[in-house]
Amino acid sequence: MTEFLQIKNIRKTFPGVVALDDVSFTVARAEIHTLLGENGAGKSTLMNVLTGLYHPDRGQISIAGQEVHFTSPRDSLIYGVGMVHQHFMLVPAHSVFENILLALDNVPNLFNRKTYKDKIQKLIDEFDLDLDLNTPVWKLSIGAQQWIELIKLLMRDCQLLILDEPTAVLTPQEAERLFNVLRRLKKQGKSIIFISHKMREVMEISDRVTILKKGRSLETLDRGDFDESRLASLMIGKDKVPQWQKTLQMSDEIVLDIQGLSVRNDRGLSDLDSFDLQLKKGEILGIAGVAGNGQKALAEVLTGLKNTNQGRIMAGEKDITNSNARYSYIAGIAHIPEDRKTIGIAPDMSIDENLIMKSFKSGSFRSWIFQNKKAIRRNAEEKIEQFSIKTGPDGTPVRYLSGGNIQKVIIARELSEHPAVLVALYPTRGLDIGSAGYVHKVIADGADRGMSTILIAEDLDELLKLSDRIAVMFRGKLIGYVNPRKTTREEIGLMMSGETPGDAV
Amino acid sequence: MKLVIERREISSALLRFSAPIASIGIALFVAGFLLLASGVSPLAAYKEIIIEALGSIYGLSETLVKTTPLIFAGLGVSLAFRMQIWNIGAEGQIYIGAMGATWVALFSGIQNHWLMMTAMFFVAFFCGGLWAGVAGFLRARWQVNEVIVTLLMNYIAILWVDYLIYGPWKDPKGFNFPLTAQFSDTARLAEYFNTRMHSGFFLALFCALVLYLFIERTVWGYEIKVIGSNQKAAQYAGMNTGMAIFFVLFLSGAIAGVAGFSEVAGLQHRLQHGISPGYGYTAIIIAWLAKRSAIGVVIVSFLMGVLLVGGDSLQLLWQLPVAFVYAFQGLILFFLLASDFFIIYRVKLVKGVVHA
Repeated sequence: MTEFLQIKNIRKTFPGVVALDDVSFTVARAEIHTLLGENGAGKSTLMNVLTGLYHPDRGQISIAGQEVHFTSPRDSLIYGVGMVHQHFMLVPAHSVFENILLALDNVPNLFNRKTYKDKIQKLIDEFDLDLDLNTPVWKLSIGAQQWIELIKLLMRDCQLLILDEPTAVLTPQEAERLFNVLRRLKKQGKSIIFISHKMREVMEISDRVTILKKGRSLETLDRGDFDESRLASLMIGKDKVPQWQKTLQMSDEIVLDIQGLSVRNDRGLSDLDSFDLQLKKGEILGIAGVAGNGQKALAEVLTGLKNTNQGRIMAGEKDITNSNARYSYIAGIAHIPEDRKTIGIAPDMSIDENLIMKSFKSGSFRSWIFQNKKAIRRNAEEKIEQFSIKTGPDGTPVRYLSGGNIQKVIIARELSEHPAVLVALYPTRGLDIGSAGYVHKVIADGADRGMSTILIAEDLDELLKLSDRIAVMFRGKLIGYVNPRKTTREEIGLMMSGETPGDAV
Repeated sequence: MKLVIERREISSALLRFSAPIASIGIALFVAGFLLLASGVSPLAAYKEIIIEALGSIYGLSETLVKTTPLIFAGLGVSLAFRMQIWNIGAEGQIYIGAMGATWVALFSGIQNHWLMMTAMFFVAFFCGGLWAGVAGFLRARWQVNEVIVTLLMNYIAILWVDYLIYGPWKDPKGFNFPLTAQFSDTARLAEYFNTRMHSGFFLALFCALVLYLFIERTVWGYEIKVIGSNQKAAQYAGMNTGMAIFFVLFLSGAIAGVAGFSEVAGLQHRLQHGISPGYGYTAIIIAWLAKRSAIGVVIVSFLMGVLLVGGDSLQLLWQLPVAFVYAFQGLILFFLLASDFFIIYRVKLVKGVVHA
């Protein structure tokens, strides 16, 4: 095995925090190397060091035997290190071709455009991608957008490709295609660093796995030396995954009945198209579907951020389609939003203040027009203890908490009032196994108390494990319900691409 | 070797505190060259400013006279900043507030002093508030940019007041000068120590205190802070952000409007052309320097008052143009904005790569 990348004793500190503390590992040519670690283990910092965004305090990075010092992502690209970020860097209004051109150093002129077009088309054919160069990016699925990011790096002739949780936004089928592409790239001698939380994928694709824990590289294991449970136990160490089990069976009482709901977005397209859904009391209803098929619109309507164009929403006997009626009902709905930092918290404010965001008007936190600071502090102390939130000194803005702890703050706030309905969007996205298990436990415990949950998630394993029923949606329509105890991943996957259960069987 | 710029994970409190002070220092230094270019020794000029503005009872009283409208307008602007709303229209709101107070003073016929003061105060308050409220409504309802609306409405306000004092409200006994008749004693604020200093100053301090309590202690203040920190989060928590935007711009304009009341009732005793020589614009710098605190607004307003009074004497002594004071204010704001860069990023020297 020839080593392409060698990382030795990297250390990186931020004021008051050691983000990376002695990380070493190597990536060979023609290898798929997985980085595995909980949130806050230092994966993002390490990748930022590797792509030149951060500068290590200590340690060496060598590429093909030569020591390098990157000072910007440009430098790293010159040495053939490129990254596909979780959030794509694409211009939606431009075509696929134009977006790829943007990534190149030498922008083609009128005369050699054709050469570039041919070159890109050759790559597309070679990897059997389903991409039309002239389509504007906004019309493409997330999976196809990811291909563009990959082609950008290949056009720059990158030798080391870093993929940061690339499957988070893909259907199982799309993920499988991605893996095929990665395997082919490997055969061509490229090195790939793969970052993921999903054990199944890690097992499937990795040649070697390096485990990061608290800023240290714990161990590198060869294929054959690891299995799921060994990886999980190494990654989590002594921390325990909270155990939970569901006991209560759901009743037949329907708490939310959605009929023929349609919602159009800013572009006039239908986010939801005659969508039906029934939520029963005490159940966890999983919603499966590729990201961008209307899940977000569904959650926004249910939580009052969006209005409907058509259809009816009934809460028991009450019609809450009308937004005013819905607003008063929403007070009783808990909501774990998709994007924690953009809508879940007020980042500059303290944990005390964030915890009362929904209840600050209630009598327990105010006296006349003044806030009751003592009660607010006491509430925070209780919640920090109860949900074991790790926080800085009093008054620390929540933006400085880790992703998992921010999620805990949101959950503590949303669930403390014992809501009847919870709408949870990707509640474990970006969380480590310990925190994710904790979130599952909270949701399952809620179900035991009779809370009904609409759980929108991307990880099928998570949905299968937690849900009582799974509804599959595609292009804003309900395709059908499946029973998670009886269905297969393949069946759900097919439904996620629009085939009705009848066709699938 | 190569310079690189890196985002700080945590900006230090020390840095955030020292940045405004440093930017004033650097502005003083750079303004020194402007003075040198005009043939004036910077040290002598700065000494003159201090002595003139603080060295005598008269100087100090004049400084407080200038500080008073700056506090009102600064409080108004900083309240809106708190919610990430940019009220550039304090200048116009001062004019409209002054107009409202003048209307009461001249035409209401109220005889009781306290009743008169109260009426002038509230009319100025609502006039300034409604004037800014227009921008608030447009922003809340149709996302119209409040910077543009508040700024452009300044011109309308100033020209409207000009129309009144050149036309219908002109003092018949005023030898055709563009000013209204003098207010009667009922419509004047108390003055002290035989100087021009008036009780508007204490009203301004009181306003600062009330505003501080409003922001830091009340339920509404909390709502404003949440919306300022993350509007989407506020919406999702069920807050009526549109209403809050309107309300905050209203209040912001209302406080600036009170500056107009204090100027006509405490100082000018009439409405006249140029009632505010740009206090509303200086207020933007004040709000920015004071960051978020009402107490900070009071301190910075005082510093700006010193500068204005000192600047006047530079004009008399060395015939320096008044533009010098504004240039200096501009320099402070410029360096302050630049210093924000150093609070957010760090600049480091590292070994560079050799590339083709």
